[in-house]
Amino acid sequence: MSRILQSASERQADTHPLTWRLHDDESPVLFDEYRDKGGYAAVTKALTEHTYESLTEEVKTANLRGRGGAGFSAGMKWSLTVKGEDKPRGYVVCNADEMEPGTFKDRLLMEQQPHLLIEGMILAGFANRSKQGYIFLRGEYHLAAAAIQRALADARADGWLGANVRDSGWDFDIALHTGAGRYICGEETALINSLEGKRANPRSKPPFPGQSGAWGLPTVVNNVETLCNVPGIVNHGADWFQALSGDLSDDGGTKLYGVSGKVNKPGLWELPMGTTGREILDRAGGMRDGLTLKSWLPGGGSTGFLLPEHLDLALDFDTIGNTGSRMGTGLLTVVADNQSMVSLTRNLEEFFARESCGWCTPCRDGLPWSVKLLRALEAGEGEAGDIALLEQMASDLGPGKTFCAHAPGAAMPLASAIHYFRGEFERGVAHPQGKAHADPIPVGSV
Amino acid sequence: MATIHVDGQDYEVEQSDNLLHACLSLGLDIPYFCWHPAMGSVGACRQCAVKQYKDADDERGMLVMSCMAPVKDDAYISIDDEEAKTFRQTVIEWLMVNHPHDCPVCEEGGHCHLQDMTVMTGHDRRRYRFRKRTHRNQNLGPFIAHEMNRCITCYRCTRFYQDYAGGEDLGAFGAHDNVYFGRHQDGTLESEFSGNLTEVCPTGVFTDQTHSDHYTRKWDLQFAPSVCHQCASGCNISPGERYGDIRRIENRYNGDVNGYFLCDRGRFGYGYVNRDDRPTRPERHERTQATEAAATLLEIDDALDLAADGLRDAGGIIGIGSPRASLESNHRLRELVGVDNFSSGIEAGEWARLLRMQQLNRDTGLATPSLREIEQCDAILVLGEDLLQSAARVALSVRQAVRAKGVAMSEARDVPGWNAEAVKTIAQDAGYPLYLATPEASKLDAISAGTLRGAPDDIARLGFAVAHALDPTAPAVDALDEITATLAQRIADDLLAAERPLVIAGESLGSMQILEAAGNVARALHRRQKAQGALTLIRREANSVGLGLLGGESLDWALERLESGEAKGVVILENDLYVRLPAERIDRALAQASSVVVLDHQRTPTWARADIALPAGTFAESDGTLVSLEGRAQRFYQVFDPSYLRPDTRIRESWRWLHALAATLERQPMETVLLDDLTEAVAHSAPSFAPLAQNAPSALFRIHGLKLAREPHRYSGRTAMRANLDVNEPRAPVDVDTPFAFSMEGYSGYREPRREVAFAWAPGWNSPQAWNKFQDEVGGHLRAGDPGIRLFEAPAISGDYYREIPAAFTAREGEWQVVELPRLFGGEEMSRRAAPIQARMAPATIALNADDAERLGIVADDPVALSLDGATFTLPARFGAGLPRGVVGVSSGSAESLAAPTAVGGERWGRVSLGEANATGEAQP
Repeated sequence: MSRILQSASERQADTHPLTWRLHDDESPVLFDEYRDKGGYAAVTKALTEHTYESLTEEVKTANLRGRGGAGFSAGMKWSLTVKGEDKPRGYVVCNADEMEPGTFKDRLLMEQQPHLLIEGMILAGFANRSKQGYIFLRGEYHLAAAAIQRALADARADGWLGANVRDSGWDFDIALHTGAGRYICGEETALINSLEGKRANPRSKPPFPGQSGAWGLPTVVNNVETLCNVPGIVNHGADWFQALSGDLSDDGGTKLYGVSGKVNKPGLWELPMGTTGREILDRAGGMRDGLTLKSWLPGGGSTGFLLPEHLDLALDFDTIGNTGSRMGTGLLTVVADNQSMVSLTRNLEEFFARESCGWCTPCRDGLPWSVKLLRALEAGEGEAGDIALLEQMASDLGPGKTFCAHAPGAAMPLASAIHYFRGEFERGVAHPQGKAHADPIPVGSV
Repeated sequence: MATIHVDGQDYEVEQSDNLLHACLSLGLDIPYFCWHPAMGSVGACRQCAVKQYKDADDERGMLVMSCMAPVKDDAYISIDDEEAKTFRQTVIEWLMVNHPHDCPVCEEGGHCHLQDMTVMTGHDRRRYRFRKRTHRNQNLGPFIAHEMNRCITCYRCTRFYQDYAGGEDLGAFGAHDNVYFGRHQDGTLESEFSGNLTEVCPTGVFTDQTHSDHYTRKWDLQFAPSVCHQCASGCNISPGERYGDIRRIENRYNGDVNGYFLCDRGRFGYGYVNRDDRPTRPERHERTQATEAAATLLEIDDALDLAADGLRDAGGIIGIGSPRASLESNHRLRELVGVDNFSSGIEAGEWARLLRMQQLNRDTGLATPSLREIEQCDAILVLGEDLLQSAARVALSVRQAVRAKGVAMSEARDVPGWNAEAVKTIAQDAGYPLYLATPEASKLDAISAGTLRGAPDDIARLGFAVAHALDPTAPAVDALDEITATLAQRIADDLLAAERPLVIAGESLGSMQILEAAGNVARALHRRQKAQGALTLIRREANSVGLGLLGGESLDWALERLESGEAKGVVILENDLYVRLPAERIDRALAQASSVVVLDHQRTPTWARADIALPAGTFAESDGTLVSLEGRAQRFYQVFDPSYLRPDTRIRESWRWLHALAATLERQPMETVLLDDLTEAVAHSAPSFAPLAQNAPSALFRIHGLKLAREPHRYSGRTAMRANLDVNEPRAPVDVDTPFAFSMEGYSGYREPRREVAFAWAPGWNSPQAWNKFQDEVGGHLRAGDPGIRLFEAPAISGDYYREIPAAFTAREGEWQVVELPRLFGGEEMSRRAAPIQARMAPATIALNADDAERLGIVADDPVALSLDGATFTLPARFGAGLPRGVVGVSSGSAESLAAPTAVGGERWGRVSLGEANATGEAQP
């Protein structure tokens, strides 16, 4: 499923900066080819033409928004990071712990073109005066791990990593760290704790990682796709990046969009930021035979359900945010009319409940209770008040009430599922036949 | 200061606080769990939500966790806001999802913070209808019982245990709603401070195992404000009694001293009060067979007559006092025998060092800090004290001093010091410099900036070298090795760079040179304009400082008076002479006496040698004043009247016995004596004691015309608890000595400021968190002032540097320098008689340098025979971590035969060999 479904001819260097080098046969782009196709030119340019300040400014101007799902400006994050001649040099960390349900975009980039990520990290390291980079990789991504290890060795051998990078007098290296399988490690401060060998609990902010991150030093944490956008920005400039999305969105650049679920061709496409859900669904060949779209998640399990009527909205951070959902990772999960929203929600909440770090009460003790209520509804054993209780929980798990964004993320599909599909939930309350989904939805169909 | 508006009221609060702290300090109630005044905020439980508004016009506002919200001037908040109230109820409901409804059988019930907070939020109905998560519990040793099913996952336990107290063997395991707080496997908790888990835990996960063995609800216990007698730190305790037994010791908050925390020796070492073998009646012992069987039980008058007759016949009498008895008792003894005939009961070497310490506290120019002040010191040098063993609560404060660097680093980045996890992130491993010079490694080494392992003389030389590095006019150390010289310079640099440098030394190694070296460092700091620095000198026993101030002669002097026949009668107060000097020397001296009168609350070898022995009260059955190592005089109050439930007992306060004995001796009718009379007499006996007159409220003190209650107002069963003896309930005992009543009747509130609090309780606050209500600000001082009064006069500088610097230690052939290594569990005479301490204490050992052991053919656990001063005793071998060659360390309190003279400045040398396999081990009391 983690494959690009656009042909090589469609993917041109000036319009598809993330994927134009990828092979149709999905074999990885190795060092020589990457170099031959303009690879590491951005590093050379940065080392010769930029200071760390001007590079940060360039990325800030480009308005590169975080592709991990939060959409925070990467340049802003870099400019808030403590750095300077008299400041300690810290770390740049690539958040490659891609565990968002329905999301498989970073995997493609790392398996097939790890050098783009490495180049992006070197640039991030330069812009932030970091002394060391870490790639915090989801443990199950063993193919990506192998590809990255090889790429790191090749880059190091050619002087792009290590002491005195390309005779610039600047030292920087990258190490790969594979995670042990905790979703919460995608939260940047939990990731840092895990990297340090501590419990993967999110940290209190402030201090933000940019002030005091890994081992107390300034630390920048960026998503894989975010970092992969940096070489293009450095090579072609902020204006070029902004123009990539044309009139489709205020946000610049391209986005790796994708679809999973009961469509004909699940996969990935690099498209201008702001492409509509409908176009993406069309590229996926539409719903499988005999199925119609009931609902969709715009960008992972922690985003809110949307309806078919939302398909014409531009998929960017602000437009989708205005619906009450979030763009998240931009990988759509489609729900067909024969799937149960109750079961689907239960499945998601089970995931989020299991992946709670256990630090704050609402998340730790609220989510498992919501799962038990959803299971009861699923079995037709719901009681009067259960839906109201679930709605209250969704509200009490919201932003500001919990320690980090994990529970608010979990609350989003719960609240939106009840909001749009209350009838399905109501059928789970004291159903005459004791069955929640006698008709038309089979029980437990996710 | 800042103004905040809370539900329409304006308040002035500290700008540096968080909203929760500020509101609690104002007396407003907000429920909370993970926050703790001594441990700061982490925002985990989400219980303390309040509504915060942007300004006066904002009507929507947003929920914030008050513990994580800094106070801002002109902030508008609401505690009563409906959304905030509902959210707080919801949080409790979530916490209760897995919490068992076992309050009736839970030992936390009645002093449970979770109960209090649940009631406070109004959550009273369970909507959760599914199965609860369950855990298996662990055996955590003799002190702490474990019931994980009750856990609400507030993380306070691990935050206290790891972050605050430096423990490593209790952690959080698992994730989501399956977080487990425990050890990696069953086993005794290693921390010296594990008992605080019982108070830090907001519910019944960690409870007091020693209490469990004779459990009573808090509301059925009788309490008194008391002072721990198990070392010289002077921690305030609140012992609880039922049916004539002490059932538990709870922390009594003193903002200057122990704050919220005690060490485990102090908390769990009370069992000696309850021992079945305690003497409860006066005894007459026949000299010919000084065994218990030969004792004749006496009535009080007969005992006094016999004792007086014996002393009268004896002619010259002397009194031997005790550093574990109160000032009042020691003073009364001194009055009885005359100032010139009074011995402190302390062996000559220790006595000389004690007086030297007193002099150093007076004339080096540096003040003696309270424990709170220690926590504010930013560079610390410890010479010769293994603090975790010799004064554990001091070690806990030293640890906080080191950690305070993280707070300073955070505040420099505008992250408030109360933001505990943020401070950890910023601080990483940083700490204020702590230097430790001890013979053996200790757990504190982990947070030290440098250590020296050496024999006492080498430790002293380091101190002298530091003083010289600070001030070149201080004497230099000859032939100092390079490593020590470099270390000394580093220490001097750090002490000079600090705002408030602290020097700590003490009695542990019995070295006058170490004390003099510490004195030189203090003096040099003062000369280098570090007058705000501090000097802490660790004494061994609860009232060592008091005895030093009282004065008198050494124990050796007393024994000489008896041996020479100058004195024929001796009165020995709460002192087992056999732990202080070799048995044959005591035997010889006592054999010369024609009349030996002993007052004590335990059967000791000295008790057995008495002609007349009088049963004294422990801290639980008597009152008096102790002076702690910071020179703080503190009164401890009688907890219960032993004769109320056990009419046969004749236990009395020692000072009361001595008063009666004096009257009998003089053939005068006995006049009533009250504690206040004696305290006042002590106050008048010397200028340094003058402040004692203001130290404690007199017996006439009343609040709203009421005495102060020792029992909570819910105390139950008074009419029935004595019915097995007599169906008629007698009048409750009357306490003539203090303002406290042996009753639930009396004042037990918090609104009227008072320093003497028997138990902390306020409406809705039944747990130890009720101390909030008694403090000027939460975590600050008691509103009426912290208990105790300091007797050390303002520091002045006089005199000159000590100039006798010992030569570097050299190992001898065939002979080892013997040092006593303090031991928290087992190293103290009284707590060692408590079964839980016996279960906890590490076996007494002889610690050897590994190379020395190899040469002697000794491996770990082999019996080692140590011959010292003609006596030989055998203990298992242990390799002392870092112990220098030529030195052996013997666990303190491990063998009576170790009681040996350390003539002033003297050293002890012994011979070591592989011992007999079945030789005598540790003597059990």
